[in-house]
Amino acid sequence: MTENDLFYTRPELILSFSGLLLLLLAAWRPNWGRLICYISIAPLIAASYYAWVIMTNEAFEFGGDAFFGQYRADGFSSFSKLLIYLASAITLLIAPRFLEKKGVMKAEFPVLILFAAVGMGIMVSAVDLLSLYIGLELNSLAAYVLASFARNDVKSSEAGLKYFILGALASGILLFGISLVYGFTGSTSFLTINAALSGELSMGATFGIVFMLAGMAFKISAAPFHMWTPDVYEGAPTPITAFFASAPKVAATALLVRIVGEAFTNQVDAWQQIIIIVALMSIVVGALGAIGQKSLKRLLAYSSINNIGFILIGLAAASQIGVAALLVYLAIYVAMTLGGFICLMQFEDKDGTMRDDIDDIAGLSKHRPVLAAVFMIFMFSLAGIPPMFGFWGKLQIFQAAIAADLFPLAVIGIAASVIGAFYYLKVIKVMYFDKQVNVIADSNSRTLVWIGGILALFVSPLGYLSISILGKWSAVAGAFLFVNGG
Amino acid sequence: MIGIEHYLVVSSILFVMGVLGIFLNRKNVIIILMAIELILLAVNLNLVAFSAFLGDLTGQVFAMFVLTVAAGEAAIGLAILVIYFRGRGTIAVDDVNRMKG
Repeated sequence: MTENDLFYTRPELILSFSGLLLLLLAAWRPNWGRLICYISIAPLIAASYYAWVIMTNEAFEFGGDAFFGQYRADGFSSFSKLLIYLASAITLLIAPRFLEKKGVMKAEFPVLILFAAVGMGIMVSAVDLLSLYIGLELNSLAAYVLASFARNDVKSSEAGLKYFILGALASGILLFGISLVYGFTGSTSFLTINAALSGELSMGATFGIVFMLAGMAFKISAAPFHMWTPDVYEGAPTPITAFFASAPKVAATALLVRIVGEAFTNQVDAWQQIIIIVALMSIVVGALGAIGQKSLKRLLAYSSINNIGFILIGLAAASQIGVAALLVYLAIYVAMTLGGFICLMQFEDKDGTMRDDIDDIAGLSKHRPVLAAVFMIFMFSLAGIPPMFGFWGKLQIFQAAIAADLFPLAVIGIAASVIGAFYYLKVIKVMYFDKQVNVIADSNSRTLVWIGGILALFVSPLGYLSISILGKWSAVAGAFLFVNGG
Repeated sequence: MIGIEHYLVVSSILFVMGVLGIFLNRKNVIIILMAIELILLAVNLNLVAFSAFLGDLTGQVFAMFVLTVAAGEAAIGLAILVIYFRGRGTIAVDDVNRMKG
């Protein structure tokens, strides 16, 4: 172990140690849940600062390896980490009030979020199959517990159980792929694997690649491995669902990009077809599955499946432009999906019970005009309708697909996004044109209003002001992938 | 002479048994946990066999990590199962249906 190792892994070290310290604090002061939530935002900010330094400082232009090539800190991992830490911090801000109301606030909650953030940081920095697996499991194990966090709620424990079983199955499939890839290339390091895969692809290695992609597709909830998503999203407590839909999605997507963009660049043909099919299926399944849904949480779950499809189009382009477009889309997607769930959290009746039935928000624009307008912005943006910022992400993705000569994929993707617009527009129609039912009471949470408002400003046309920043750093990050081979 | 392909066949059979155990079993969630362990054991067999075959220690180290994580995973799975049982009073797979996808 050298100084460099500790230097590059600073974000993870900070998060791990503060997580352990806060765990001790939580053991002695079980009632300080809310306070510990707010305290644990500090290490997230510190970790973000160090990730930012790696990304922006020219001294680290080429990134750096740590722990014998297990871990890499570079622009790509730092960009993803910033998104992950931001989403985790927002979760920590919005969750306490909701969990306290449900009577399940425990001081261990923020600690679990921190450990999940450590795992996600390792995932996006992994350049070896071993650190990939450890990061993924560290994140998943925390996530299983988070899904079943409302212990007195049957739906929440069922969500945890389903998430655990299917997540463990996905890890098993991924691991089987890893073992085959290791066996047929003789190494677990991404770069060595890539070099070993340069010639004709052997049968065993093909199986390995396919199994690994299937396992990852589970983790990013891409069709046809999406079936756990609606159930887990519906059952888990809403702020935790918001967390699942944002941070782990970013981490798993970045991990998938890292695998195919660094370990499999010599075998683009082997995985590009799979990614294209998975992307198209996700877009179509997400669009069609959402149509009959009554529950807004399930609707947002299908929306996230739909969005993962668009994100994978950027990956299917197999180019640095594609990765840059994917990162821009991820940044906008995180804001949109967090904002959507923050709006959902404000849909509560007079008794403070959350209502997530679409009929309950009928005519919302009459008595909660601002909330309805904000939710409308997120819906328009998720649908990718200009001038909302969500449109910019889709535009980037399709430009990258066309630059890579994937015309059929782009055409089908655009057609399916029109189908997808149907249910987003339906929500808006219910809020604005249906008969008022007056179920939703006035909100009394300033935190939710402020964070929701800021996110809404970001996805509104004002978001275009951030294009230069987003574009610059996503291009820097994308330049680390698809470097050799191709 | 037992070669690498024999190990691969055995581990593939174990893996398929594990996956089928998750999907075909309609009785008990505990059996699903066993099936998950079976999958991880198939992976470990693969890793160790490849490691011996390639003369490279990485695979055996990887197997140790998998074992460790599998222990943690089983602990969390059983804990979730316990709170689920407290709420529902049953762990039959067919009853895990409060939400329908």
